[in-house]
Amino acid sequence: MNALILERDTVILAFWMTVRLTAVSTVGSLVLGTLLTAMRVSPLPILRTVASGYVTVARNTPLTLVLLFTGLGVGANLGVEFSDDISVNNFWLAILGLTAYTSAFVCEALRSGINTVPVGQAEAARSIGLSFQQTLRLIILPQAFRAVVVPLGSILIALTKNTTIALVVGVAEASVRMREMIEVYGDQVIQVFFGFAVGFVILCLPTGLFFGWLSRRLAVVR
Amino acid sequence: MSTAPFGNLYEAPGPRGVRRNRVLTVAVTVVMLAVAVLVYVRFDANQQWSAEKWLPLLRPDVWVTFILPGLFGTLKAAVAGIFLATVFGFVFAAARMSEHRWLRVPAAVVVEFFRAVPLLLLIFFAFFGSFVLIGTSISAFTAVVFGLTLYNGSVIAEIVRAGVQSLPKGQAEAAYAMGMRKGQVMRLVLLPQAIRTMMPAIVSQCVVLLKDSALGFIVGYDELVDRGLNGIAANFSNVIPAAIVIAAIFIAINVTLDKLAHWLHDNSGRRVRPGGEATPATAEPQPVEAL
Repeated sequence: MNALILERDTVILAFWMTVRLTAVSTVGSLVLGTLLTAMRVSPLPILRTVASGYVTVARNTPLTLVLLFTGLGVGANLGVEFSDDISVNNFWLAILGLTAYTSAFVCEALRSGINTVPVGQAEAARSIGLSFQQTLRLIILPQAFRAVVVPLGSILIALTKNTTIALVVGVAEASVRMREMIEVYGDQVIQVFFGFAVGFVILCLPTGLFFGWLSRRLAVVR
Repeated sequence: MSTAPFGNLYEAPGPRGVRRNRVLTVAVTVVMLAVAVLVYVRFDANQQWSAEKWLPLLRPDVWVTFILPGLFGTLKAAVAGIFLATVFGFVFAAARMSEHRWLRVPAAVVVEFFRAVPLLLLIFFAFFGSFVLIGTSISAFTAVVFGLTLYNGSVIAEIVRAGVQSLPKGQAEAAYAMGMRKGQVMRLVLLPQAIRTMMPAIVSQCVVLLKDSALGFIVGYDELVDRGLNGIAANFSNVIPAAIVIAAIFIAINVTLDKLAHWLHDNSGRRVRPGGEATPATAEPQPVEAL
């Protein structure tokens, strides 16, 4: 346990980075994922094609490659810069990659949520004259979200763990620090590993429990 | 009724709606093209489209030296991972469903632990910690397979457990009533039925595992991403073309596996009981974890 106590500031900072990456990417993925879902169910064939093409590509590309794309393609080649500070810039590039990847999974979950909403709900909405946007925003999506609380929770947990891959765009989060500490404190490999592993258990376990509780609370009685 | 999916969400457009949709279609197309042109121009400024960056990817020797060995590395890790994870999954699912507390509780702890720990931490632990722990360094391949096995094995254990528990209770009761022993009930009655329900979810998990094998890149395992970027791109400085080709290979394999999962899903529904309605088949195959 010695190494973890000696380096507790580094460990805490590493997990703080993990939490920040997770939180910002979660917001981004929910927004982009909802938008993609709306596109996929929209009356315009071109929007449906674009969204489903995007989801297929993003879901089936390894996250490592997605993040390399954001670092080398978007960052180095397209010259997108979020900040002069390189570490801040890398942080936002990581957010971009994690969001691009995770939103495809959010879209898949939400789409299956829309499938659980009875057809009559949309038909009733149309019969009182609501437009497509109103039907989706007021009637369908609120019910779809409630149906997919648990899958969204799993996606969020996966995202938390996926932030470790942000190291390929140069973000110093938990995995980087663990590797450094294994090298410096070679005699305490197991303690260091368990310290970091337990950190993730602490982050993920309450998330799962919370989403389970939330889904029971928000369950739509039909 | 429109044939489009989710066509019940909107009215069939009238004359004005048709016109508006046409305008919107054109507008969306223009925006998409504008983005494409912008990306094209920016990449072009860095010569990412020039022939000398793309032509190497058509050369047989580049495929023989880099892409095919990389693909072989990826598939080798994936196949080893799938095999070991399946074994791990069945063993721990059985342990977790055991009647003996001393077996059930530790199995549950192991499964829940490895599902919560990021795969990359497992790989780093094995790769950088192995020398201290077992006195010898293990190969990047071993470290990657170690991580893939523990993580995906735990997920498969949960898939198996859910599959067995979704069976009607009468199946096991009937088997016990015939005088079968515990092992026989599981082996002859429960597992054969559960495996059919589980196959789509397990195939979906294989997609996850295959994608995860790309983490091998980080510890320098010779897989597709590594060969593409540290092999091809280092030689021809064509990062973007190489990455696009590599991504296309991954997408092609995974989409095929995904189609297989859906096909299995559509064909795995249990038969209609005589005089009754069809028993609900499986839920739509969803990867248990997003990555």
